Amino acid sequence: MATLKDKAAIVGIGSTAFARRLPESEKTLACRAVLAALDDAGIAPAEVDGFASYTMEETDEVELAKAVGAGDVTFFSKVGYGGGGSCATVAHLAAAVATGQASVGVAWRSRKRGSGPRPWTNTTAQLPTPAQWTRPFGLLRPADEIGMLARRYMHEYGATRDHFFNVALACRNRANQNPAAMMYDRPLTREMYMTARWISEPLCLFDNCLETDGALACVIVSAERARDCRHRPVHVHSAAQGLPAQHHGMVNYWNDDPLTGPAWTAARHLWKQADFGPEDVHVAQIYDAFTPLIPLSLEGYGFCGRGEGAAFTEGGALEIGGRLPLNTAGGGLSEAYVHGFNLINEGVRQLRGTSTAQVPDARTCLVTAGEGVPTSALLLRS
Amino acid sequence: MLRPVIDDDGAPFWKYAASGELRVQTCAAPACGEPRFPPRPCCPHCGSFDSEWRPTSGRGRIWSFVLPHPPLLPGYAEQAPYNAVVVELLDAPRIRLVGNVVTAPDAPLNSVDPARLRIGAGVRVVFTRDGLPRWRLERA
Ligand SMILES: [Zn+2]
Repeated sequence: MATLKDKAAIVGIGSTAFARRLPESEKTLACRAVLAALDDAGIAPAEVDGFASYTMEETDEVELAKAVGAGDVTFFSKVGYGGGGSCATVAHLAAAVATGQASVGVAWRSRKRGSGPRPWTNTTAQLPTPAQWTRPFGLLRPADEIGMLARRYMHEYGATRDHFFNVALACRNRANQNPAAMMYDRPLTREMYMTARWISEPLCLFDNCLETDGALACVIVSAERARDCRHRPVHVHSAAQGLPAQHHGMVNYWNDDPLTGPAWTAARHLWKQADFGPEDVHVAQIYDAFTPLIPLSLEGYGFCGRGEGAAFTEGGALEIGGRLPLNTAGGGLSEAYVHGFNLINEGVRQLRGTSTAQVPDARTCLVTAGEGVPTSALLLRS
Repeated sequence: MLRPVIDDDGAPFWKYAASGELRVQTCAAPACGEPRFPPRPCCPHCGSFDSEWRPTSGRGRIWSFVLPHPPLLPGYAEQAPYNAVVVELLDAPRIRLVGNVVTAPDAPLNSVDPARLRIGAGVRVVFTRDGLPRWRLERA
């Protein structure tokens, strides 16, 4: 069987600054991130012939290709479901490169979520499904929807707020080491967490990702070409998307088993295509729009058994030196929330050996996209 | 406050709710009869496009709940923190409806003390004047 295994590699990464408010437009930020990633790779913009981003990306490939000076483009792709699409952008380009549809692919995401409007504050443009079954009852925001799953998870498995704090703390500690992170100089304590204002009980302020303006991009080429680029190539070892049977976006409540979300589906395919398993993963970048997504994902991707994800976070397991160092640039909770794209770039830095919270000799990294929505994941290896 | 934006598949649910009935879409193929939610054109078990809207007892249990705090849309912010619940129907355990537990059909969303909410607590459906299902705690 033909597989994607190590046929393509990420050879360039780039980003803008992250801030609550950046003056430039999303289009300008997208151009800056893409040009920075190409410069990092040492590849001229005119060589780019493939693009991939999210359906929620508002700068389309026509505008971007024109602005940065791309050549003739022969592959372009957009992936749906917000943060669920991050890893799939890389996967689509890896497949395009591996099958000869493109030779230099650029994936990107630019977003002004910090200073721009929140989609769920719009009272007029209400989608008919599934909003008719949730929004009239005041289940308005992703935090409310994930909070509902979180309370059920706590009830079924004895997870506590201390477990969610372990996740928030690990991300914050890593951000405190990363000068580019929004929370670089802002340590978090257990008391701050436990006394923080509620957003949607059982979730408090620190269970939620940051509101961020910023853009990121990365460059994908064939493994063969990657050998001639500036940096150590980071190979796309395995990739998967996940849309479980009877899934319903964000609110998985109508699935037979709502606590086994898209991560489980993506994970089965991801490991089936890989030469190694969860026990061989040296560092993980797991989508953390909300802290409860981490224990759910740890279970889904097979780092522990069902119901054991919360306990997995105990004893510093997610810290540097622990069983599975997590979100080593700070993640969506403490570096920046740009729909998870910053997790991809941090995975690349870890395997290059250039993270600000470097895991010694990290050679394998799991990167995941949004859990709770149709998702995607990558296994990277150097 | 937001009103449901109703699509063709969901319309019967809201029509029955407006007349004070909680009904669930059910496959009408003789060998199937599976209930499904949210409503959709065909049955994921057998592929039949025939469906009927079967009455339920209107009784359920709280599967989970949250207490949203601001920032929220204005009508909701005024009542925050309020409860939003997922109720699992006793007659059809895989059918789970989002709703609110209140003291009376048209009472505010925060009319029940959150300390009284428990996963597993029994609830019974009631309907607002404008046809939204809500839930009252069953007396123990
Ligand atoms: Zn059927």
